[in-house]
Order: sequence, then structure tokens, then C-alpha cells
Amino acid sequence: MAAITLRRLGKVYPGGVRALDGLDLSIADGEFFALLGPSGCGKTTLLRTIAGLEVATEGAVQIGDRDVTNLQPGRRDVAMVFQDYALFPHMTVEENIGYPLRIKKLPRSARRDKAAETAAELGLTGLLDRRPGQLSGGQQQRVALARAMACHPQVFLLDEPLSNLDARLRLEARTFLKRLQRELGVTCVFVTHDQAEALALADRIAVMEGGRIRQVGTPVEVFRRPANTFVAGFIGSTPMNLLDAEVAGDAVVVAGTRLPLPEPARAVVADGDRVVYGVRPEYLDLHTAPLDDALSGRVVVVENLGSSSLVSLDLPGGDGVAGVGLQVVVPEGREPELGSTGWVVPRAGRSLLYRDGELLGADGGGVVGSGVVGAGATGGGVVGGPA
Amino acid sequence: MARTTSPPDPTTAGAGGSATGRDDPGTPLARRADAAGLGRARAGGFVLPGLVLIVLFLVVPALWTIYLGVTNYRLTGLAAADPQVVGLDNYTAALGDERFRSSLWLTLQFVLGSAVIGQAGLGFAIAWSLRDRHGPVRRVVEALVLLAWILPSSVVAFLWIALLDRDAGTLNALLGTPGMAWLLDHPMLSVILFNTWRGTAFSMMLYGAALQNVPPSHLETARLAGASTWQQLRDVVFPRIRGHVLTNLLLISLWTFNDFTPFLITAGGPEQRSEILPVYVFKIALSGGELGFGAAISFLMLLINLVIALVYLRTLGQRREARR
Repeated sequence: MAAITLRRLGKVYPGGVRALDGLDLSIADGEFFALLGPSGCGKTTLLRTIAGLEVATEGAVQIGDRDVTNLQPGRRDVAMVFQDYALFPHMTVEENIGYPLRIKKLPRSARRDKAAETAAELGLTGLLDRRPGQLSGGQQQRVALARAMACHPQVFLLDEPLSNLDARLRLEARTFLKRLQRELGVTCVFVTHDQAEALALADRIAVMEGGRIRQVGTPVEVFRRPANTFVAGFIGSTPMNLLDAEVAGDAVVVAGTRLPLPEPARAVVADGDRVVYGVRPEYLDLHTAPLDDALSGRVVVVENLGSSSLVSLDLPGGDGVAGVGLQVVVPEGREPELGSTGWVVPRAGRSLLYRDGELLGADGGGVVGSGVVGAGATGGGVVGGPA
Repeated sequence: MARTTSPPDPTTAGAGGSATGRDDPGTPLARRADAAGLGRARAGGFVLPGLVLIVLFLVVPALWTIYLGVTNYRLTGLAAADPQVVGLDNYTAALGDERFRSSLWLTLQFVLGSAVIGQAGLGFAIAWSLRDRHGPVRRVVEALVLLAWILPSSVVAFLWIALLDRDAGTLNALLGTPGMAWLLDHPMLSVILFNTWRGTAFSMMLYGAALQNVPPSHLETARLAGASTWQQLRDVVFPRIRGHVLTNLLLISLWTFNDFTPFLITAGGPEQRSEILPVYVFKIALSGGELGFGAAISFLMLLINLVIALVYLRTLGQRREARR
């Protein structure tokens, strides 16, 4: 068990493609860490660089207190579970689990004992003599996990661990994986493109785009306070509403409606600033009767999500601007009529302001390198004052 | 063909059926046997021309060879006009002939050295080292190796004679060893190296394609476990491409066994030191005119070929069974 530290890590492929761009990241000992992002964002390259399957072109990888940047994968003391599980088809389950031990030249009897013990932990006891082709997808995944566990690595790396399972099995495997990680207490890094999977499994998430990390945080932080509009759009089963807005005194004007200015941003914006107003569909309340200071629009689509519904409204554009769409999640039984007018009020403390794609009033990180940051940091303390 | 396509089906369906259930092999097969809906007579009509050609140019000459093998038929002279049946005399003579046995031994050296070790080994080595290379290096290497494969035998033989020539040979010029008679001092080695060079392309292409079948994640799993290159080959690559290896060995062993091209370089000499069986048969039957004796040796070669093929096919069959 060990922490992982990445310093200014970069990877440029021979063709000139920059897959990783100066990453700094610390993954704590025993943490369940997710690398999340769309295809081609570099998340798999990062995982493979930690494993040693790709060689970093700049920067350093540290596992525990060892610098492993130039170490062969076999000497890094990491185990990886691949998306396709990579079980050897000509070996039995027992031989597959014992394979890393065989390479380490353990005697046959010790390998057999260890394989049986690990298999028992993962509920594979009756299957030791089978071949991978005779197992279900979920069983194959557990064999792959058992093979990774058998040699007690310091770090577990999982590449899209759930993507080869069907939807029902995926939930089961997700719970299983989380419990297993808790019990083993081993540092675990996994790659996923599914934000729901990352939110559900991880202690912390790094959201990546274009070879860079756009935000690192707990699922709650990443969900509630996305550091930029990219993360805001990527996280959440329904993407965040991002509406063009303008600051006017102690309010923000969205589609012609004055809404209260989000508190943390209050000190870093000035009258007349053009900003983006972000609020999740889950944090909006829809009313069917007219209300003051509410966004109003026509209901155009109602999508049933099971215990709730996703309602899309068309907001009329102010000052002759084209209308914008707004999505609201409403609890069951509260669906509005199609074509009717709805009034939408954001819940207090749940809306965010973005300028140039970055969150305003974020804790320290928000807008790097401009003078406004200082004002924001000092102003943050006296937010309550003027109000 | 309707009959030749149907027999393999029961074996595969039966083998699959033993794993899944035994009820399906019977009924769907009966329908599948006549998938084109031609009926037996018309299907036979389509197949007939092919069968006639095979009988005419393969079966009849083969039977004719067997017949010749038991006669004292000669190219010229009395026995050419009136060949006599001599029974198994030709065979006993061949098996007792020192020249035949040494020729057989040279052929085995030739097959093992140039096909199994040379072509298959070198072909695999090239395919393995090029496996994740793309671009000019790979294309140039593949083009050069393929060139040796596609050039006509006569051209290739001339090139090698020019390379190994004692007085004006390229190799002697390169090594600075004027007067070194490679073809006279090391005839078998020369011929083995020649055939390795000539035939490696096939093995390289076949293994190149086979290696595409090895999932990268399997190799990486082995690497993460700390496996050396040799261990990766043993545990991941070879179990995966065993079928390809056996098929390749079968084909190149038979081709090499029956290869006549070395004759163009050494003509079997000096003193029969590179006289492999095809060259021996040629010399006996056509140069020496002993057609009956030559036919008997041809038939012995056919039997050896059959044995080689059977050994490989049985190994292949065992592998299939082991995987079930």
C-alpha cells in the first residue's frame, strides 16, 4: 500500500500527439481514485504511465517513496485489471490467479494455496478448474481481480472495470468493487468515462480533458462546485444549465430575469460583467403559478426518469436575443402540461457563476494569475458583511 | 463437393454438441447438406469437371508412379520397349542403397535446418520484432524479405551462384577471402542458408498475422507480473498461436522436403554432398534413365510426406481436444 505522486508528468507520442500535459497529482495511500473524462482525454495513458506500460517523456512518477519513472512495469509492484480482463484462455482459473506468483518462482503448492485462498475471498471457490471461456462476465472479472490481488501489490490499477458488464451486473459489480477496496485498503486508481460510475465509486475524482486535469475533488465537490464549465457539463446524469448572464448590482440578470448573485462570487464580480450562470436541473424548483424573480418559459419536452422527470423549457430571449433552453428535474406527480408556462426558481446556495469558463469565487483555485484572485480571497471572508 | 463438404460438419457439430447438448447435430445437418437446393445430380454435375481434372493429373500419375515402381522401366534400351514387373526389388534396392540413405539424411538436415529452424525461426523473429512497428522500417524489411520469395528460382539461383562464386563472388569480395569455394567446401550449409533466405517470407507473413491475434492486454498482464520476453512468449504468445505454428511447420516442411531449387545451385554436388531426395530422384530417373527405380523412390518420398503430415495433423488435433 502506497501513495502515488505525479510531478509535471508529460507524455508525447512519437507522432507528436501530446497525451499528458504536465500533470501534478497526489493520490493518497488507500484512496479509491477515479480518472474521469471523455475519450481521448489521456486518462488511459495516465493509468498506463503509472503502470509503466507507457514511458513518460517528462516528469516523474512516485509510488510510496520510490521513484518508479524509469522502472519496468514488473518491478513497480502494481497490478492492473484490463477492460477485457486479459485472462489467459489456455490456463485454468487457478493457473490464471497463480500466474504472477509463478513468475515470482513460488513453488506450485504455495501457488495453489494462495489461489484457493484468494478465490475464496471473491466467491470463486467452485470454479478453480474451469477455463475462462466457461465463466460469465462477472466471474471473469472476479478472476482478473483475484489475479491482481494474489501478489499483494501496492497499487491496483483498473481500466474501465465495469464497461464490459451488462447494466444490471454493473451495479452489482460496482458495489462489490467498492466493498473489496474498503476491505483491502489498497490504493486503487481506475479509469472511466462514465461520470455516474466515478461519483459512485471514488473517494476522489480527477476530471481530465485534452491531457490536463480540469478538477480534482471528492464526488460532492466535483458535483456541487464544478471548477469550470467543462466539468459542469460533464458531471451529472443531466448536464448543468449554463446560461449567459450579466451582473447588475447585487443581482445577476439571466434571460431578462433578476436572480440573486451567488454568494462566493459576490466579491469578484463588478457591475456589468458578462458571466455564465450555472445551476443543475436537480437544484431548480418548477412552479406552475407566476412568481417574482423566477425564470419563466414554455414547457417543450417532458422526459420520464422513473422517480422524477426532466422538463425542458424554452426561455424567451431578452432584448431580441434568441431563446435559450433550460432543464429542470421535477419529482414524480409534479410534471407540468406540455406547452404550459412554468416558473423556475433556483435553490439558495446551489447556483454558480463562471467567467471565461472558470468558476468564480472557487476556493483559491478559480482564476489563476489575475489580480482579482487576491480580492476574491480576501473578500471571501467578508461575504456576510454587506448583506 | 456436396459430399466432401458435409463430412467435416458432424465432427465440429459433435464436438460442440458435447459441450452444449446432444440434441441438435442430427436435424439441422440434413437441411444444411443441400443448402444450395441443387439436388444430388446437378450438384454432382458441377463438381464433375474438377474431379475429372484431379483424377487425370493427380490420381492417374500417382498410380502410374506406383506401377512404374514395381517395374524395371527405363528411359532407353530394351527395358523401355518391354518393361518387366520386378515386384519389390526396386524398394529393397533403394533401402539398401547407401546413396539413398545418405540422400535421405541430407534431406532431413535440409528440412530441419532451412525450414524448421531457418525459415520458421527467422520468420518468427522478424515478425516478433516488427509486431508493433509501422512505417518505413517495417515496409522496407517486408519488401526485402518478400522479394526473395517472389523472384523466380532461376534468377535466385543465379544470384546465389554469383554471391558464392570462388573467383569473382560477392561474398568473398566482402569478406576479403578470395578463392574460398563456399559451394564446394560447405555445399549443405550454402543450400540451407539459401533456402532459409528464400522461404522466410512465408513464415514471416504467417506469424505476423498470427501475432495480431495476441491481445496486447495479455502481453501487458504478463509484463506487469514481471515476465521476461521468453516467459511472455512461452505463456502468452505460443499457446495463442500454436495452431499457426503447426500449420506453418507442416507446409514449409513439405515444401522444403520436395524442393528442387538447390539443384540449380550445387547440382547435388560435390560428390553427392548436397544431393537431397528430389535431386537424387531426378538424377536416377532422368539423368540415369532408371525410371522404375526413380518411381519407387518417389513413392517412398510420398510415404515420408504422408508421415510428416500425419504427425503434424495429429498434434494439431490433440491441441483442439485439449482446448475443449
